[in-house]
Amino acid sequence: MMGDVTLLEFLSLGQRVEGHRPWPRFVLDLRGWRLLIDRLRVAEWSVMAQWAERDHIHVALRDETSGDIAVASHYCDDRRFPALGNVRPGVIRIERAIHDVWGLTPVGLEDRRPWLDHGRWPSRMPLAAQPMAPPSQPDGYSFLQAVGEGLHQIPVGPVHAGVIEPGHFRFHCQGEAVVRLEERLGYQHKGIEGLLQGAPLDKAQRIAARVSGDSTVAYSLAFARAVEAATGCEVPPRAHWVRGLMAEMERVANHVFDIGAVCNDAAFAVMLSHMGVLREKILRANDALFGHRLNMDRIVPGGVDRDLSEEGAEALKHLLYGFGKMLAKGYKLYENTPSLSDRTVSTGIVQTSLIHRFGAGGFVGRASGRGQDTRETPSYPPYDKLDMTVPVLTEGDVNARVLVRFAEAKESLHLINRILHEMPEGAFRVPVPEVAGEGLGVVESFRGEVVVWLRISAGHVVERCHTHDPSWFQWPLLEAAIEGNIVADFPLCNKSFNCSYSGHDL
Amino acid sequence: MIPPIAKMLARHLLKGPHTMKDAPRPDPDGVAELAEALGRRARARLGRSLSIREVDAGSCNGCELEIHAVNHPIYDLERFGIRFVASPRHADVLLVTGPVTRNMEEALRRTVEATPEPRWIVAMGDCGKDGGCFAGSYAVVGGVSDVVPVDLHIPGCPPSPRQILAGLLALLDAADGRLG
Repeated sequence: MMGDVTLLEFLSLGQRVEGHRPWPRFVLDLRGWRLLIDRLRVAEWSVMAQWAERDHIHVALRDETSGDIAVASHYCDDRRFPALGNVRPGVIRIERAIHDVWGLTPVGLEDRRPWLDHGRWPSRMPLAAQPMAPPSQPDGYSFLQAVGEGLHQIPVGPVHAGVIEPGHFRFHCQGEAVVRLEERLGYQHKGIEGLLQGAPLDKAQRIAARVSGDSTVAYSLAFARAVEAATGCEVPPRAHWVRGLMAEMERVANHVFDIGAVCNDAAFAVMLSHMGVLREKILRANDALFGHRLNMDRIVPGGVDRDLSEEGAEALKHLLYGFGKMLAKGYKLYENTPSLSDRTVSTGIVQTSLIHRFGAGGFVGRASGRGQDTRETPSYPPYDKLDMTVPVLTEGDVNARVLVRFAEAKESLHLINRILHEMPEGAFRVPVPEVAGEGLGVVESFRGEVVVWLRISAGHVVERCHTHDPSWFQWPLLEAAIEGNIVADFPLCNKSFNCSYSGHDL
Repeated sequence: MIPPIAKMLARHLLKGPHTMKDAPRPDPDGVAELAEALGRRARARLGRSLSIREVDAGSCNGCELEIHAVNHPIYDLERFGIRFVASPRHADVLLVTGPVTRNMEEALRRTVEATPEPRWIVAMGDCGKDGGCFAGSYAVVGGVSDVVPVDLHIPGCPPSPRQILAGLLALLDAADGRLG
């Protein structure tokens, strides 16, 4: 009887790895790894990310009861490991991707189709110890079948009709109703893990900032925090607050744009215009304050690359006042337009139970009752000094996801205001100590939890780095959300999720 | 109750749109100037309109965000007769972003083939030029010109809306040269 074993108690049966910060890492043998899978069937531990090395598999776990975080690792004898996908369906695609790129086989996983590998790379398993020769021609892909009377297929993509990233969707429909949607992704795969391996710190930092362009601040921050954890670098207090400011600006800019885009897909274009103007205000403020409209490469290991001036802070306070009023007008318009509610309410529902099974976070999780927010737990500066409310709804439809975004944008304006008023004086950057180590960085992007794990040498060369996008756990739920809805509602559902293609495809 | 949309529409009728048409000259963004020249040239060369089909061949999505900005009311590209279209068959210009990934190479070629002549291909962003920070990866071919012939590069990471407008202007110059 293992009763109420906590995550840390359980993992202590493995061997603890020295120099892994800020949370511990344990190496489990085959028996330990199998026990972990058994425990995951019943324990309230969620998988935050899973990644591989040439001969190791790693998984970052969170104990939902105690809030503890830890990494479990397993050395893969003969390049195989027991799969986690059967107990945590959210990682099935991750394990398929690990097999494609690293050549480690997830044993016991039913779905063994390639995921990121389309058979077009110069080798199979490009990052494995011994890559294999490429196939003579690109792979076909066997989509799941739906059988029944009057069913037809609609293939969409990879090149879509809008200004959007590439991916393929296969709809099985009966008349107007979608019976099954299956996603086929991987078109954006840029081999980021391969590029990061052996990259010097400054180059790696630039690549990490470009994993997903709309979350560039979140990725730079997660990468910086991982480096700082690994090297024991103490970031000056002011830098934390400037970083918080950039992160909240990014959140607001993305949320308002997404709200506009969802309404636009319901043929309510005036909202897109209104929200487009709001987004532009934030981007121009970014440009004026930090010299880049998206704040790309502004967060660096050791702090931030430039400070916030006093005049800049004043101008921003002024801007935010008018911004808040315009956002409130947009909210009123959204709430009082029946033709819009007609499209968004009860469309594309995701059940709370599914959200928990997949461990989905961000607004997708919060609209279906899962209130996990990394800014609150485990929290990190400056949020540990700021009170915040995390909006949680339970309807799980397109409307709920829009309302959560409105609430989050409003909350972010409060946070920005407080950050501007309470920001401490002082230095904004320190040099990163030249020591080796392993670190985990976990931050909340506008889309959900971004996880970066890395091992760095004393010479500031990245030996291995993994970046995890929240979309991994949200993409599969889009397939569930659209079931039973009509094809014309797919753009609404898709936009209300707004999963990242680039961050997922890596 | 007066519906909120009525208030919003009334405000724009009285106060005018957000669009920066009355910006002082030369305005800080230079958009008005660029836009006027662009409008004149676009009409001279292509009649009343220029249709652009955007193709993401592997970008981080940063370029797409700025393309959206060009379409917003502030820059409002459509007032000059330039618009983004849904199909390559309707397009004069393909605006390609990103380092071309190996998984997108064929899709990009096919999109180019589906675009009727005369067509222009514009590579956007630093990645579109030579692969940017993704160059050298096993999964990336390189810049757009490594896959299809490119008429123009718009630099930047990502290019600002102003740079995008300036780039389209340069394209019209190039098109003049080719046809004239």
